[in-house]
Amino acid sequence: MGAASIKASLEAPRALSERVIARTLQACGWVSVLTTAGIVGVLLFEALGFFREVSVWSFLTETSWTPLFAEKHFGVWPLLAGTLLTTAIAIAVALPLGLLAAIYLAELAPRRVATLVKPVLELLAGVPTVVYGYFALTMVTPVLQQIIPGLAGFSALSAGVVMGIMILPIIASLSEDAITAVPSSLREGAYALGGTKLGAVFRVVLPSASSGIIAALILGVSRAIGETMIVAIAAGQQPRLTVDPREGVQTMTAYIVQVSLGDTPTGTLEYRTIFAIGLTLFLVTLMLNAVSHRLRQRILKGGAM
Amino acid sequence: MTIQQAATEELLAVRTSHVPAPLTERDDQLAEKAFRAICVLAIMLPLLLLVVLFGGALVEALPRLSWDFITGYPSRRPETAGILPALVGSACLMLLTAVLAIPVGLGAAIYLEEYARPGRITSLIELNISNLAGVPSIIYGLLGLEIFVRVLGLGRSLIAGAATLSLLLLPMVIMTSREALRTVPVSMREACFALGADRWQTLRRVVLPMCVPGVLTGVILSLARAIGETAPLITIGALTYVAFLPEGLDSPFTALPIQIFNWVSRPQPGFHVDAAAGIIVLLLLMLVMNGLAIWLRKRLQRRVYW
Repeated sequence: MGAASIKASLEAPRALSERVIARTLQACGWVSVLTTAGIVGVLLFEALGFFREVSVWSFLTETSWTPLFAEKHFGVWPLLAGTLLTTAIAIAVALPLGLLAAIYLAELAPRRVATLVKPVLELLAGVPTVVYGYFALTMVTPVLQQIIPGLAGFSALSAGVVMGIMILPIIASLSEDAITAVPSSLREGAYALGGTKLGAVFRVVLPSASSGIIAALILGVSRAIGETMIVAIAAGQQPRLTVDPREGVQTMTAYIVQVSLGDTPTGTLEYRTIFAIGLTLFLVTLMLNAVSHRLRQRILKGGAM
Repeated sequence: MTIQQAATEELLAVRTSHVPAPLTERDDQLAEKAFRAICVLAIMLPLLLLVVLFGGALVEALPRLSWDFITGYPSRRPETAGILPALVGSACLMLLTAVLAIPVGLGAAIYLEEYARPGRITSLIELNISNLAGVPSIIYGLLGLEIFVRVLGLGRSLIAGAATLSLLLLPMVIMTSREALRTVPVSMREACFALGADRWQTLRRVVLPMCVPGVLTGVILSLARAIGETAPLITIGALTYVAFLPEGLDSPFTALPIQIFNWVSRPQPGFHVDAAAGIIVLLLLMLVMNGLAIWLRKRLQRRVYW
């Protein structure tokens, strides 16, 4: 419609007040750009201060993270491993359940069931993460300890499982969008060739929706990597380079919380560590979000596979 | 029988003996039924788990939920702990965040919907908004710590917390406000122009009043999300043990989720009961806010006939 054609240009309006108002509103628009610039600027500034004292090489290759101890090591791998381990467990929970839920809601469920279940699933995403953390520590961990001997009081498994439930709605709803976006002509073609419903779903619809599902998965991973409270409460505060989910780990986000809760004076190396970790976190999630965005743009533009 | 016939028969016998029996329609229907059952299980599992967990929290919390709990202060003994500073802190925080976020968010939405021409600057702003929506909340905490607490010298205060939260909410407020602005039909704007109004008059007298329900709903939903945010507030230094009510904009504060976090982190099980009670209060608040948003949307929505 003609909405674009009636957008006023910022140079032509008549009254001074109109121009002032237009400029003020434009400034409001710029706040978002300023915010991004602020985030990048702050993280870079303090992280550069950090890297002047600790080399990037040792940051990326040392396997011990003890910035708050007397003998200091600044290797990021324990924190990175903690983040990756909890994220992997979360995805292992959320991907199968989310995908099955998406397939059911998009293809198999009767209309009334779908309209009832979808908002309920969204509810899972609206629960504050500190509540999930409480569940993980006080309810999930004791139950898991009965099933798995040797599970510590703080464990990556407990936090990861609850985190999986938290990101399940993201994967389910975005995958469902991707599946319903597959044109019905493809489905009907499969039926016309004598396919069964399941055959059509698994051999035609899912491969066709694969980029959308991958985009959903990447977004879920990004969300899990940036998650703070569940891991801060239930995964532990000991940086440990391990792949054993029964042990406690410290994620990048939990480390930032740990330092913020303490009384590290500003301007010190310890203070700057949270920005170096923050920069790592920001870059990783930015990359993942960009890839996911690109994938979804490609789908919008041409239904690419 | 000729040699060829014998050979063909032998070949056919070998081949057909390896051909599996064809899938009947019953097999397909069975497979579909089984798959449906698995899917339903996949959906029911997390939902049932959540019901169990919430039920458990409610049962845990019941002994502690009382008027004393809501009006009391935290203490060393879990039985006498209260949540008043956290409640007041959260309430003040939400109010301040709304005051900061609504003008900027609405202004940006109006700019993008009504004034901006498609171009590089507009795309840059929109790209930034969608990027910011995906940044982990703790990064906003780091931003707030450096800029609001340190550089601007606001300290670990209510206003620093509110400023940080308003930046966190900005993408959501902008997106919901844009949706609300889009519900106003273009013909309304064109009618105003035809009557000689300029753009701001159109907005002020016609468009904005019409999209107030949508904007309000978006703001309340954003605040309902913000009330549960913990990580950015911890990073900018919201205190976890506060035995006083915030006195002014520059006073230290605590918030509901932070109090819950503090109680959960303690080893004594009595504090876990306090945490459960705090969670119930938080969830009730969120329920009320969401309900308010939905009610407002229904109540204030006027159908536009043209």
